Amino acid sequence: MTAITHRLGSETLTAGRLPKATIPVAIAASAVLGYALAVLASGTANIGLAILFAFLVFLVTVEITTRVVEGARQAADRRAGNLIAGAFLLALVPLGSVTFEAVSNGLARFDLAFFTQSMRNVVGEGGGAVHAIYGTVYVTGMATVISVPIGLLTAIYLAEYGVRNRLSKAITFFVDVMTGVPSIVAGLFAYALMGLLLGPGARSGFEGSIALSVLMIPVVVRSCEELLRLVPNELREAAYALGVPKWLTIVRVVIPTAISGIISGVILAIARVIGETAPLLIAAGFTASLNNNLFANPMMTLPVFVYDSYAHPGTDVQVYWDRAWAGALTLILIVMILNLVGRLIARRFAPKTGR
Amino acid sequence: MRIKTIATAALVTATALAFAGCASNETPAAGGTTAAGASKTLTGTGSSAQKAAQEKWVAAFQTKNSSVTVNYNPDGSGAGRSAFIAGAANFAGSDRPFKDEEMGAGKFAGCAADSSALNLPVYISPIAVIFNVDGVTDLTFDTDTIAGIFSGKITKWNDAAIAKTNPKVTLPDAAITAVHRGDDSGTTNNFTDTLNKTSPTVWTQAAADTFPAAFGGEAANGTSGVVQAVTGGKNTIGYADASAAGKLGKASILVNGKPLQPTADAASAILDNSKTIAGRAANDLAYSLERTSEGVYPAVLVSYAIVCQTYKDAALGTLVKDYVTYIASADGQQAAATAAGSAPLSSALQAKVKTAIDSVK
Amino acid sequence: MTQKLTRPGTSRGAEPGPGTGAPDPKRRGDRVFRGFAMGAGILILVILALVAAFLLIQGSPALFADPAKLISQGYGEFLPWVLPYAFGTVWAAILALVLAVPVAVGIALFISHYSPRRLAQPLGYVIDLLAAVPSVVFGLWGSLVLAPAARPLYEWLSANLGFIPLFSGTVSGTGRTIFTAAIVLATMVLPIITSMCREVFLQAPRLHEEAALALGATRWEMVKMAVFPFARPGIIAAVMLGLGRALGETMAVTMVLSGTRNITFELLTSENPNTIAATVAQNFPEAFGLKTSQLIAAGLVLFLITLVVNMIARWIVSRRAEFSGAN
Repeated sequence: MTAITHRLGSETLTAGRLPKATIPVAIAASAVLGYALAVLASGTANIGLAILFAFLVFLVTVEITTRVVEGARQAADRRAGNLIAGAFLLALVPLGSVTFEAVSNGLARFDLAFFTQSMRNVVGEGGGAVHAIYGTVYVTGMATVISVPIGLLTAIYLAEYGVRNRLSKAITFFVDVMTGVPSIVAGLFAYALMGLLLGPGARSGFEGSIALSVLMIPVVVRSCEELLRLVPNELREAAYALGVPKWLTIVRVVIPTAISGIISGVILAIARVIGETAPLLIAAGFTASLNNNLFANPMMTLPVFVYDSYAHPGTDVQVYWDRAWAGALTLILIVMILNLVGRLIARRFAPKTGR
Repeated sequence: MRIKTIATAALVTATALAFAGCASNETPAAGGTTAAGASKTLTGTGSSAQKAAQEKWVAAFQTKNSSVTVNYNPDGSGAGRSAFIAGAANFAGSDRPFKDEEMGAGKFAGCAADSSALNLPVYISPIAVIFNVDGVTDLTFDTDTIAGIFSGKITKWNDAAIAKTNPKVTLPDAAITAVHRGDDSGTTNNFTDTLNKTSPTVWTQAAADTFPAAFGGEAANGTSGVVQAVTGGKNTIGYADASAAGKLGKASILVNGKPLQPTADAASAILDNSKTIAGRAANDLAYSLERTSEGVYPAVLVSYAIVCQTYKDAALGTLVKDYVTYIASADGQQAAATAAGSAPLSSALQAKVKTAIDSVK
Repeated sequence: MTQKLTRPGTSRGAEPGPGTGAPDPKRRGDRVFRGFAMGAGILILVILALVAAFLLIQGSPALFADPAKLISQGYGEFLPWVLPYAFGTVWAAILALVLAVPVAVGIALFISHYSPRRLAQPLGYVIDLLAAVPSVVFGLWGSLVLAPAARPLYEWLSANLGFIPLFSGTVSGTGRTIFTAAIVLATMVLPIITSMCREVFLQAPRLHEEAALALGATRWEMVKMAVFPFARPGIIAAVMLGLGRALGETMAVTMVLSGTRNITFELLTSENPNTIAATVAQNFPEAFGLKTSQLIAAGLVLFLITLVVNMIARWIVSRRAEFSGAN
C-alpha cells in the first residue's frame, strides 16, 4: 500500500522535474569548468574571466537540462531567473570593488594627522584634510540652513494648502524637474549669481552653499511632502474641532507627528549633496589653508580635496593619491553614516508596504 | 520634547564646531585667509605650473616671516594676468610675459599711475617627452619625429623614422598612443611652440594653450593625468614637466645631431642663449626664447613672476620685493628644484633678476 | 492672480484631501503662515528661472561676441565649439543607459519578485549603497582601477569584433575610453533606475499576478504578462530620469575619460568625444574672460538638454498618477 502511494506520488508530482540537487551541482560543475576555460583562454587564472565563463557554462547547462527534462517553458523561466539573479550579482561587483579599493588604499593615510592638519605649508608628505572637513561641514550646514525652511514650507504648501490647484501642480512639476538639474549647472548658477553681486571671479563657501541648496531643496520638498501627506487626517480634524487655527495645527500637530520622518528626509538630503564635487569646484574653489569665514575667500571641501589631490599632485604623486584615497574613504564613511542614521530614524515612521 | 532634544543636540554640535575650528599645523594668528592687516597679506594668482614651487616658497617665506601671509592661487596664467591687470593680485605667475601691446604705464590697477609691469623669469622647467614601451628604456628622437608622432603622422613604434635614431633598440610592432593635455596649459603652449619652431614643416599649427584637436591623440587632464595615462597605458608617449615623470623613460632630443636629456643644466641654458624682447625697459626681463641653440634642450617652460615697477602702496611694494627676492635667490631656486624639480636659474641670471627686483618700489 | 489660483484649493468641499476643512480663513496667523508657505513654493519657481537667467546673462558675452574675438580670446566660435561636446554628452549617456537599463530592470525584478520576501528590503538597501558613493570616488575608482583592468577586454573586443564599427579603430593604451566612462556612468545611474522600477513592479496588481500563476504560468510568464505591461510607462520614466542623471554627471567623466573635441562612434580609441559637464569642470578653474562666459554658455546648453529630458520624464510620470516618482 504505502509503497504504491509513494511511487505514485513520486511519479506524478516530481515527474518531469529536475531533482533539487541539480542547481547546486550545476553551480559547482560550472565553477570548475569556467575556471579551466579561463586558464585555457588567457593562460593565467583571471578571476573575472573565470566567473564570466562559469556563469555562461551554468546558463547553458541549466538551459539544456531543463529543456530536456522539463520542457521549453520551464527552460525559459529558469533562464530568466538566472539572468535576473546574475544582474543583481553583477551590480555587486562595482560596489564591492569600490569599497575594497577605498578601504585598502585609504587606510594608508587614515591617521591622526589627516584629521588634525591642513595642507598649509605642506609640501609632499604629511598634512591632512581638516580644512576640507571643516569646509564641508560649513558649506553643507549653510546649505541645510537655506534649504530646509524653503523646502519644508513648500512641502507644507503643497500638502496642506494648495492641494491640487494649478500653482501647486506647477511647483510639483518643477520641483521634480529641478531634481534633474546637473550639479555642475548649479555650481555655474551660484558662480554667475555671485559674479554679478560681488564682481567676477568671487569664490566663497557661501557660494558653494547656494549651489548645494539648488540641489538640496527639491529633495527636501519631495520627502517632506510625502511625509506630511502620511499624517492621518483625523489628527487635523481633531485639532480643528478644538478651535485651533490651521497654521497652529500644522506647527503643533502635523509637523511634530511627522518630525522623525522629516529629520530623516533632511539627513538623506544632506547625504545626497555632501559628496557633490563639481558645483563646489566651481563655486567654492580650492585653498590649502583652513578658512573659517564662510563669506569670503575660497573654502576647501572634502570632495574637492579628493579631486584636487588626485588631479594636481606634486612631485611625489603617491603621497597625494594616498591623501585622495583617505579623503574618499572619509567621504564614503560620512555618507554611509548619514544614510544609516537617516534610515534608522525613518524606520520608526515607515509606512507598511504590501511586500 | 523630541524637537527640544534635537535642537539641543544641534546647538551642542554647532558650539563644538565653532570652538574646534582650527588645524594643528596652523597658528591662529595666520589663520589662512582670515589674517588681519591687509599690508601683511600678499596675494599672487597665476600659473599652475608654478604651483608646487610656490607652495614651497610660500611655506619657507612664511616660516621666516611669521607675520606675513602669502596666498598663491594657482588659477592659471591667463587668470593670473587678468587678476594682475585688475589689481586683484599683487603679483602674477605667468607662463608667458605680457606682450608689447599689453604693457604700458597706467594699464595696471595695482601699480602707480606712471608705472608699467616687470616680467621676471623665476621658474624654468624642462618638458620631457615621456614614454612607456615594453622593454624599451632609452629613446632618442629628432624634433621632426616628435612632431610626427604627436600630430598623428607616425602611428607605429617600429616606424622607420623612429628606428633611424634608435638603431640599438628593438621597437615593437605596436600602435602609438600619443597622450596630450586635454585642458589648456602653458606646458602645451611651450611644447607646441618648440615643435613649431624646430619642425615647422611637420608641426604646422602655431603655439597655443589648447592642443590642436585636428592632430588627434589621447587627451588627459593635467600634468598628472598625462603621466598617469602614460604610466598606466601600454606603448604610450606623452609630454609633461620633467619633474613629474617619475620612473617613466624620458626621451632624448637630438639638437644639431647631439642627444640631450631634459636636465636642469640643459634647460636653464635656454635663457642664457636667448635675448630679451627688444624695446622693453632695461629691467624688464621678458625673453623671446631661442629654442634652436647649440647644447640647449629646446622644450622648456619658462614661467614669470610679474610685478609692478612701482606699487601704489609702497608697503606692499616692499613686501613683493622681499618675496620675489627670496624666490629668485640661490636659496629659493634650490628649494624649488628640490620640491618641484625645476631647473634653477643660472647665477648670471639670478644676478640680473636681483638687479631688476631692487628697482621695484 | 495668486488669490484666484489658490482659492479653489481651500474651498473645494468634494476633495477629501488633508488640506480641506480649514477653519476661519480670516485669522491673521493663518494668512501669514500660508503666505510664507506659498512664498517658499514660488521662490522655487523663481530659483529655477534664475538659474536659466543667470547662465544666460553671464554666458551671453560668448553667445553674442564677435566670432573673431572668440577665436583669439576664447575657444573659438560658440556653436561649432559646443556641438561636439553636446554630442559627447548625449552619446555617453545613451551608452550608459544601454548598459544600465537591462541590469537595473533585472535587479528590480530580482528584488520585487524573485528574492525571498524577507530579503527584499535589505537587498534594496545594498543597491542603494551604490547611490551613496560620491561621484568623485567613482571617478577615482574608474580612472585608477577600472580603466587599466578593462584594457585587455578592449584589446580582445577590437581584435575579435573589430569588424563592428563601434569596436573599430586603434585601441587606447590607457583604457580611458568613452566605454569605460559609460560603465562608470551606468553604475551611477543603476540605483536610480532600479529603485524606481522596483517601486513600479511592487505596485503591479497582485490579483493579476496570482491569476496568471493560478492558470499555470511560470514565474517568468507571469512577469511578462502581468507585471511588464503594467510597469512599462514606469520603466520608461525611470529610464528618462536615469538619462537626465547621466547627462549631467560631471566628476566621474572628468576623471575617467580622456576626452577631446571630437565626434566619433568608436568606443575604444584614444580620441573620445568629451562631455559638456567634464569640459566645464576641467577648464573652469583656470578660465577667465571670454572663456568663462563660453563655459557658462555651455552649461546653459547642458541645462536645456537635461531640462527637456526631465520634463519629458516627469510628463510621462504625471500621466500615470498611480505610482509616485520614487526620488
